[in-house]
Amino acid sequence: MNLRRDVFQAIADPTRRAILVLVATQSMTAGAIASNFDTARPTVSKHLQILTECELLQQEQNGREIYYHLNPQKMKDIADFIEPFRKLWDDRFNKLEDIMKKFKPNK
Amino acid sequence: MGLKTKVNAEDGKQELIITREFDLPVELLFKAYEEPEIIEQWMGNKVLQLENKKHGSYRFQTSDPQGNVVFQANGIYHEFVPNQQIIRTFEMENTPFAPQLEFLEFEKLTDDTSKLTMHIIFKSLELRNMLLQMPFAQGINMAHNRLQEIVSKLK
Repeated sequence: MNLRRDVFQAIADPTRRAILVLVATQSMTAGAIASNFDTARPTVSKHLQILTECELLQQEQNGREIYYHLNPQKMKDIADFIEPFRKLWDDRFNKLEDIMKKFKPNK
Repeated sequence: MGLKTKVNAEDGKQELIITREFDLPVELLFKAYEEPEIIEQWMGNKVLQLENKKHGSYRFQTSDPQGNVVFQANGIYHEFVPNQQIIRTFEMENTPFAPQLEFLEFEKLTDDTSKLTMHIIFKSLELRNMLLQMPFAQGINMAHNRLQEIVSKLK
């Protein structure tokens, strides 16, 4: 249970979410990942560390380089909850409903 | 009160169905998909282009508070039938996600209520699941955050 909460804490940060999207289809080195952000390199390293600790990312040694890739098994923990996805659409549609209830056609 | 928005993602199917009932006449519901200014308000995206017709195209863009573009999407309308149906493609630019096909059905329930059914078909089951795992990939979360910002300013 604790672990699961950690996963959700991990994805609560926008930079960490962006990192996960980046490595979704390809392994990348820390340097390559950092080059996608304006954030300072040590900050990106810290994010990578957090994502690795909660096992959303896995490290892979390739020669002298360490590559990061997505751990699909752990991502599945998140997918077991469709709730975040549903909630996002629910929020959008609530907003739509509020706006349109106030809508006055200007004829 | 039950959930107003339902998401149905069946195991093993590369599709997704989102349904929602609105306390709105179907004409008003559809208008929220027709008018760029209204789309911008509830989607949290900037509408760069919107051609409401068969073979027309649309482009959305989201920026962070610093003005950096964080999300861009585009698509083509295959059907655009006011108050009834939209069939369109949807592609998130600069992401690993392949374009998806979306069927939007607008249904009148009563004079004051309506129902939207969004049927989304993905290139593969893997892509569907990845998107479910990462709703934030759509920039949705950023839109959501912006929504919270707007709402908190209203207080």
